[in-house]
Amino acid sequence: MGILDHHKKIETHATLLLVLSFLVVTIGGIVQIVPLFYLENTIEKVEGMRPYSPLEIKGREIYLREGCYVCHSQMIRPMRDEVERYGHYSLAAESMYDHPFQWGSKRTGPDLARLGGRYSDDWHVQHMISPQAVVPESIMPSYGFMMNRALTQADAEHVRDIMRVYRVLGHPYTDEMMDNAVSDFFAQADEFGDPVADRYPGAQQRSFDGQEGVVTEMDAIIAYMQMLGTLVDFDTFVPDASR
Amino acid sequence: MVDPKDKTPENKVSPATRQYPDTAAQMKQDPPTTGHSWDGIEEYDNPMPRWWVWIFIITIVWSFGYWIAYPAWPGIQSATSGILGYSSRANVAQDIAEFEARNESFFVQLVESDLDEIRDNDELHRFAVNAGGSVFRAQCSQCHGAGGAGVQASGFPNLLDDDWLWGGTMEDIHLTVRYGIRNEDFLDARWSEMPAFGRDGLLNNDEIDQVVNHVLSLSGSDHDAAQAAEGAELFEINCASCHGDGGEGDYFIGAPALNNQVWLYGGTPEAIRESIYYSRFGVMPGFAGRLREAEIRAVAAYVHQLGGGQ
Repeated sequence: MGILDHHKKIETHATLLLVLSFLVVTIGGIVQIVPLFYLENTIEKVEGMRPYSPLEIKGREIYLREGCYVCHSQMIRPMRDEVERYGHYSLAAESMYDHPFQWGSKRTGPDLARLGGRYSDDWHVQHMISPQAVVPESIMPSYGFMMNRALTQADAEHVRDIMRVYRVLGHPYTDEMMDNAVSDFFAQADEFGDPVADRYPGAQQRSFDGQEGVVTEMDAIIAYMQMLGTLVDFDTFVPDASR
Repeated sequence: MVDPKDKTPENKVSPATRQYPDTAAQMKQDPPTTGHSWDGIEEYDNPMPRWWVWIFIITIVWSFGYWIAYPAWPGIQSATSGILGYSSRANVAQDIAEFEARNESFFVQLVESDLDEIRDNDELHRFAVNAGGSVFRAQCSQCHGAGGAGVQASGFPNLLDDDWLWGGTMEDIHLTVRYGIRNEDFLDARWSEMPAFGRDGLLNNDEIDQVVNHVLSLSGSDHDAAQAAEGAELFEINCASCHGDGGEGDYFIGAPALNNQVWLYGGTPEAIRESIYYSRFGVMPGFAGRLREAEIRAVAAYVHQLGGGQ
C-alpha cells in the first residue's frame, strides 16, 4: 500500500489538502463544462431565433417578478406524452436569449414553452383576471391588477437599459434597435404604430389587453406569452434526430 | 473490574458502583490508532465496512461499462456516442412512431373516410371519439371547458347543446377546427364581423335601447313592449340581413340565433347592449398544421357526439 501511505501526507496537511482538492474540482469542472462550448450538439444553430423586443422584455421581467416560473416550466422534454400535449420538444437554442433561462423544474401549472398563439388575447385577459372563470379547476391566483398598471416612459427606458446589458452578454441588438427601443416599446401595443416586426421578425403588434391608448403590464405579459415558442418554424426546420 | 457488556444477572451492578474499564488497558487490545493525538484524544484506524468498500468498487467498475454503453466522453466534434446508440431525440421519435404505427390503420381510415361515414363505422367511431377526446382535453378544453360546456356568457361557446354558430354537422365542425374563426393564419378561417353600432355611430343610444328590447322579445325574455315595437323596424334594417327576420341566425356567416335562451356573451339587457354597442369579435385558432388531419377529424367526431351534432 505504498502510494496510499503517501496520501496521509495530504490528509494531515490542511493547506496541501485545500490546494489539491481545488485542483481536482477544477479538472472535473473543466471536463464537464468546457466541451459544452464547442460540442456540436450543444451549440445547435436554429433558424428564426431573435432577441426579445422591448415590450416582450418587459413581459418577461413581469414573468420573473411575479414568480411565474415557480409553477410553470418552459421546457418540453423529449418524451412522447410531453410532445403530444405541448408540441415539439424544446431546443437549447430556443433559450439562447434567456438570461437566466426559464426551464424550471416545477409544474403546478402546465408547461409554457409553446404557449404562443395557442389562446386568444381575450382568453389571456380573462384568464389573468380570474383563472377560474375559464379553467374552473385551476388554482392559479389572479393577476387582474396588471390591467390597471400603465407602463410609463421610465419603464421603457429601464427596458432599454436591460437591452444594453443584454448586448454586453452578446445578444445581437443593433444600434437601430437600441435607438428605437423606447418607441418600439409603446408601438408594439398599438396595431397602427410603427411596425416593430421590421426590427424583430415575427413580432406581434396589437393592443393585447384590449384597452386602446394605454400600454399596461397586461399588454407586456401577453405580448411575451404570445411569442413563447413561436420563433422556430418546425415546418421548415428539422432538428438533427441523432442529437 | 466489570465488563459493561456482561449481561448475566449476577454480575449486574448499579451505575453508581460500576467500575469502568481502564481505557489505556483496553486500548492495547483495540485496533491500531491513526497515530495522531489531539488534546489526548486518539482515533481508531478501523477498516471501512466490507459491504461499503465493495459497493464503492462496483460503482467504479460500473462507470466503465456505462462509458462504453452510453454517450460519455467529449471529443473534438462530439461526445462518444456509446454502443447502445442512446439519443433522447431518437428515442422520442421512435416512441411516437411506434404509437402511430399501432394506430396507423385508424388514422388512414379517418382521413380516407367521408366525414359522415365515420359515425357508421362503429370501431372507427369509437377510436375517433377517444382519440378526439384526448386531443380536445389538451387543445380545446382551456376555452371550451374540460367537459365541453364552454364558459357561460364569456364568449367561449358551449359545445354540448345544439345551438351552433357556424353549423353543427361533421363537415361544419371539421372546417371550424381546421381553420379556426377570425384568425389571419388561414384564408379559409371562418370570418364575419358585426358592426359596432354604438361606437361607430350607426345607431344612437335610444335606438340601441329599442333594438335591445326587440332582441329580448325575440327570445321571450322580459322586455319593454313599447320599446321593442320601436326597435322592430331598426332590427329589420340593421340586423335582420344576418340574424334573420325572427332572429333565427345564419350558420353560413356565423350569425348567432337570437330567438332562444342560449347567449354566448350573456342575455342580460346590459350584455346585449354591449354586444350591439361595441360588437364582439370572438376568435379561435386554426388547428391545421398543429394537428394532423386525422386528429382534426377525430376531434370533430368527438365534438359532434357531445350532444348537439347535426
